[in-house]
Amino acid sequence: MGMSLQQIVFGVLSIISIISALGVILSKNPVTSVLCLIVTFFTIAGHYIMLNAQFLAVVHIIVYAGAIMVLFLFVIMLMNLNAEIEPQKRNWLKYAGAISGGALLLVLLGALREADVTPIQPGAAEIGLISNLGKTLFNQYVVPFEVSSILFLSAMVGAVIIGKREA
Amino acid sequence: MNIDWFFILEKIVLISGVLVISLVVAMYSTWGERKVASIIQDRIGPNRAGFMGLLQPLADGGKLFFKEEIIPGNSNRFLFILGPSLAMVVACMTSAVIPWGDTLTIAGHTISLQIADINIGILYIFGVVSLGVYGIMLGGWASNNKYSLLASVRAASQIISYELAMGLSLIALLMMTGTLSIKEIVEQQRHGGWNVLYQPLGFVIFLVCSFAECNRTPFDLSEAESELNGGYHLEYSSMKLGFYLFAEYINMFISSALMASLYFGGYSFPYMDSLGLAPNLVTILGTVALFIKIICFLFFFMWVRWTIPRFRYDQLMRLGWNYMIPLALANMLITGAIVLYRSTH
Repeated sequence: MGMSLQQIVFGVLSIISIISALGVILSKNPVTSVLCLIVTFFTIAGHYIMLNAQFLAVVHIIVYAGAIMVLFLFVIMLMNLNAEIEPQKRNWLKYAGAISGGALLLVLLGALREADVTPIQPGAAEIGLISNLGKTLFNQYVVPFEVSSILFLSAMVGAVIIGKREA
Repeated sequence: MNIDWFFILEKIVLISGVLVISLVVAMYSTWGERKVASIIQDRIGPNRAGFMGLLQPLADGGKLFFKEEIIPGNSNRFLFILGPSLAMVVACMTSAVIPWGDTLTIAGHTISLQIADINIGILYIFGVVSLGVYGIMLGGWASNNKYSLLASVRAASQIISYELAMGLSLIALLMMTGTLSIKEIVEQQRHGGWNVLYQPLGFVIFLVCSFAECNRTPFDLSEAESELNGGYHLEYSSMKLGFYLFAEYINMFISSALMASLYFGGYSFPYMDSLGLAPNLVTILGTVALFIKIICFLFFFMWVRWTIPRFRYDQLMRLGWNYMIPLALANMLITGAIVLYRSTH
């Protein structure tokens, strides 16, 4: 047998993530799209774990699958969007989308064809473990970290102000 | 290919064992709940099926299995079935990182009585808890019933609100212990004192939030029968209803195990290292001690349910945002100050 356990897991995860990502854009029902997106997030978290970035994987699930997608579901459920009332896009919009998407694919292919990527050894790097990550964040990158926390704080204050205005 | 078959076998046995125990404890929690309710209300409680009504959970389960299964005509069939399944799966997932005991040594193999000792155990629990809301939301929405939808929106906003305070109270605990692995937190308590002595406020906040996360009285606004006709599982019948009710009891069991592990020493008990018994026996006694602690917490959950009336929804939200979160923040600040002081002196 030429495959290791890691390659098998990687293959299964990749297939599921591609199928569920296709499900997001192909399904007519918005709730099904959201559920497919959640499955995609899970498989991507699985990839993070295979790269030994456990912290990133868990935060990915807590933030995206646990918080943001719940809000998506909220909005979709309360607006009661269904497959029947999904607006039909105009034909020229579909063509424009297909052409610009194809152009983007060409550019990406052209840019990445010559790129030289050194493969990351799965499981070898210890950088993703939480204590290493914390030490790096609070020693090497403490200023960007604090700046982004101020950004979050201002977003929170903004949300509170918008929420207060109605009442 | 080099696969450690003993490892895989050990984990399969452990996972099956933990799942079976969770289900049995949840089953007998329904019996316990009725008995506690009857004692508090000065009644006899279930006493027909078996000695002291001990076969009552089996009778209930059998009844639920054989009930007619109704799926509402205008509902989304797939999501309607997915809802209770997700509730059940998510409820069972948390048990993977809880240390049910120390290590056993059988025929030269050392077996840890914990399914996965990952170094992000507490974050894993947060991830699973934040997924718990999907079962309720999907079920409530797919029923195509306004009462169910209202109940599921209530449940979702309640769980999101109390998750915050719960996380903040745990951060204080993490700052003190310096680790995210639940096994290590238990081991520290084995050699030092129980964490509840150092984190009393954090424990109270965690306890209140776990009541809210499990949708238990006084926070069971999402199944308030007087205003919502029964809540998010209004349209469910047969075993799908049973799954929702069962998931609640499994959640109670797991949160009790979590509180016992994080704040009350987990599988450790006083003088466990100075008894001079065989290590395997000490491990088994430790697991028994953990289960005694869990049963005490389960009793507390039931005691509160039959004692305290339900909150109003605005009171619930005010308690969560105006009292729990500031208290948890203050607790975090005080803990941080003490940790800083002790590390510099």
